[in-house]
Amino acid sequence: MIRLKKNIAVSDTGFVFDPSTGESFTVNETGMKIIGYLKEGKSSEEITSLITQEYNIDPLSFEKYSQDFMDMLKQYDMLEYEKEV
Amino acid sequence: MNKKRLILGATGLNNTDNPGPGIPVIRSIRESGRYDLRVIGLAYETLEPGIYMRDLVDKVYQVPYPSEGSDVLMERIAYIQEREGIEVLIPNFDAELFTFMKAENKLKDLGIRTFLPTIQQFEERHKSNLEAFGKKYGVKVPKSKPLTNLAEIPKLREAFDYPLMVKGKFYDAYVAYNDEQVQMHYNKISAKWGLPVIIQEFVRGTEVNVIALGDGKGKTIGAVPMRKQYITDKGKAWGGITLDNSDMLALTDKIIRGTKWRGGMELELIRTPENDLYVIEINPRIPAWVYLAVGAGQNLPVALVELALGNDVPPFTSYETGKVFVRYSWDMIIDLKDFEAISTKGEI
Repeated sequence: MIRLKKNIAVSDTGFVFDPSTGESFTVNETGMKIIGYLKEGKSSEEITSLITQEYNIDPLSFEKYSQDFMDMLKQYDMLEYEKEV
Repeated sequence: MNKKRLILGATGLNNTDNPGPGIPVIRSIRESGRYDLRVIGLAYETLEPGIYMRDLVDKVYQVPYPSEGSDVLMERIAYIQEREGIEVLIPNFDAELFTFMKAENKLKDLGIRTFLPTIQQFEERHKSNLEAFGKKYGVKVPKSKPLTNLAEIPKLREAFDYPLMVKGKFYDAYVAYNDEQVQMHYNKISAKWGLPVIIQEFVRGTEVNVIALGDGKGKTIGAVPMRKQYITDKGKAWGGITLDNSDMLALTDKIIRGTKWRGGMELELIRTPENDLYVIEINPRIPAWVYLAVGAGQNLPVALVELALGNDVPPFTSYETGKVFVRYSWDMIIDLKDFEAISTKGEI
């Protein structure tokens, strides 16, 4: 299961800071929501369900955008993989 | 409470776009409020900005470059010592460290204490000896080769892929993409810093740094990792942020424990995309960005002073992550008489 690394700090203004690399980013409201859900340990299916309930977007379109977003988080080494028990 | 009287000597007052660490070291010690402090600045050039920072430096003497000979420099130090009674001296230039290390006993006889690396520690971490250092202490380092003449350049392709780094033995580093560029940088660097010029494998990744202080017995007194966020065209940090990185701290501990490092140190590292850490340089002194470590909770210059005074210093156990420094430039207005004093009398 993919999770956001535990030490990643996210402020309520959308400022994301990785203290191990010093990288920082700003994300928009949707990005903040996704990062928040990742921090809570929600699966990608749960995130899709939550976002599509909240915003006017169908699951297929959302997954396309969310995949890009996840790829970006991966590229910046902000994700970790947790073994399912 | 009565503050302890301290007369501190420091070099590296060149707070320019390629700053020496003298001013941030002095500032860290002064702002600690721990001492009733008098600072004696030692300057090589008359326009080193620190000479004129009278709120930080009480008295400044011009001193001869170490290249003019150790005896000339020590003669000048003895003259200054007669008048000032310096208790602790913190040299801040790579190029002068060897002279001060060699003169440690002479300085002690004059009543001046230092806390510097040993000659062996200083020598084995030289850029030209970095490969052997990596093997001895089990740390990753880029492949490197000292060059002492131009004829060796065409043979570099046998051992290195381009691009590669061309570095001076004390300062300066350039990327070269072909033999002609190596030759150009070789000429420039050797004219300024002498030989050898060091060729180093180009390791791709992010440059990160650690400031650290070793007690000379294998213990790390303090260490703070940093990533440069804004780099000048001279490669100097103009902004940086403290990191929470256990790998960098573990590597620092390993080096300090292995070498029994004595004094301040700056590790220059490259973190590869695979998260390997390569040591590209070990600077045997406190770096100019030391004030970031102080701001993050580790006043390493004060700890260094205490070690020099022979006191026990408990290791720092934490620092704040995500502290940022942003450097700036500031114009001072000075009177001609001050410039005249340092230029003609060599003191102000």
